[in-house]
Amino acid sequence: MRLTLKIWRQKNSETKGKIESYDIDEISPDMSFLEMLDVLNAKLINEDQEPVSFDHDCREGICGSCSLFINGRAHGPDRRITTCQLHMRKFKDGDTIYIEPFRAKAFPVIKDLVVDRSAFDRIQHAGGYISINTSGNTQDANATPVNKEDADAAFDAATCIGCGACVASCKNSSAMLFVGAKVSQYSLLPQGQTEASRRVINMVNQMDLEGFGNCSNTGACEVECPKGISLDNIARMNRELVKASFK
Amino acid sequence: MKNFITTSIGKKFAMALSAIFLMVFLLQHFLINITSVFSADIFNFLSHFMGTNPLVQFILQPILIAGVIFHFVMGFYLEFQNRKATKYEYHKVRGGANSTWMSRNMIWSGLVILSFLILHFIDFWFPEMNHKYVEFLPEDPNRYYDELVEKFESPVRVLFYCVSFVLLSLHLLHGFSSSLKSMGTNKTYVSTVKNLSNFYAIGIPAGFCFIAVFHLLSHL
Ligand code: HEM
Ligand code: SF4
Ligand code: FES
Repeated sequence: MRLTLKIWRQKNSETKGKIESYDIDEISPDMSFLEMLDVLNAKLINEDQEPVSFDHDCREGICGSCSLFINGRAHGPDRRITTCQLHMRKFKDGDTIYIEPFRAKAFPVIKDLVVDRSAFDRIQHAGGYISINTSGNTQDANATPVNKEDADAAFDAATCIGCGACVASCKNSSAMLFVGAKVSQYSLLPQGQTEASRRVINMVNQMDLEGFGNCSNTGACEVECPKGISLDNIARMNRELVKASFK
Repeated sequence: MKNFITTSIGKKFAMALSAIFLMVFLLQHFLINITSVFSADIFNFLSHFMGTNPLVQFILQPILIAGVIFHFVMGFYLEFQNRKATKYEYHKVRGGANSTWMSRNMIWSGLVILSFLILHFIDFWFPEMNHKYVEFLPEDPNRYYDELVEKFESPVRVLFYCVSFVLLSLHLLHGFSSSLKSMGTNKTYVSTVKNLSNFYAIGIPAGFCFIAVFHLLSHL
């Protein structure tokens, strides 16, 4: 395949970036999108040019580090996948592909396509944990019965990989789907109850502090989420916050 | 702890409450207006009651005005905050791939509704206030129907009203279910009321439009 790539290039967080155009040839439809970028980078290095920086790690859809806003959508066309799971067969020979970093004020660009998503870490630090000491005194799993529906919903919420596609797709750069998932994952389980109020209040406050936008319920996040996290988690977080604030 | 109302979720909750209040008011307003289509007497009776009842005039009316003002001021504020959170623009973005036009453009449909409301106040509310509380003209319980008919003699006004109602419909097609989600209703429930919400969002604005066109055509 022959492709024209329009890629966002930016030296560092201080400089202004711009879109640059690259022509690339001999791309196999079986390559993943990241492999295609590897080919481009090898070519750039051979030509003594600066390679394009982008985030990646597991390359199997579980770490959440690959990002990229491809042709106007987070993680490109296709649903329920991360960029590393996107294949070149989704594109046609001769296509022009826009590749941009995930955009949000709370996700500043570090370089080229790499953005700083540590705002998510700080939200997690604010309450996305349970402080039960399990080392050495692990309980039998069957000792605390959990309703099947709740266990399933908690597990679904826990599949969030913190990739930030929800923020990148939201017209308001809202992080509610991520935070909703992290709040739900614990609030549905008995182990999460002790810190339930503190957790939701602290995580929402941290989310607001980081400068993410409000939720307008457009639903773009749940469509683009690689893990299919549902909008229901936002509604659950809203309920949790009301409960915590008025008790 | 920050106050609930100052959190992003609290603000949305307040926004949803004001919106639900407005939707209840709109339904009530519609039920009164639709009577003008089949009976001038019933319409006059109801309007006279609403226009002279002290509870309606001095308690409900100020609450309504405050509700409308709160809703659009909060709408502008949220829009401003959201724009601040998305300082950078994409070169290419395909919003239609994952969300509806209505949901992404609440501020624009809202602005059309606001301009409609201003005209509506100039048309009906200011003359009404002037009549009752500035010039203290004597009350004629039968004046309301004639005042209504007179306004809808202008095709331009009727057209502008109807265009605004289309935008109101778009606002509500997203807004009705959105307000429920903002208040924490879970999705299974939202989908069961989806039909009701579509019925309301299309039916009420279409009904208002029908009333305006009806009076235009029947008094040509
Ligand atoms: C006066 C002019 C108006 C403006 C400027 C306006 C603006 C807005 C905006 C910007 C939103 C979206 C808020 C967000 O994204 O979080 C919104 C939501 C909404 N509006 Fe309006 N609006 C107006 C009038 C109305 C009227 C007259 C009604 C109903 C009769 C209404 C019903 C709703 C509903 C149901 C929502 C959804 C609330 C939610 O998402 O929680 N609006 N409005
Ligand atoms: S909710 Fe989905 S889109 Fe958002 S961070 Fe988690 S996995 Fe990514
Ligand atoms: S590289 Fe780990 S999810 Fe894509």
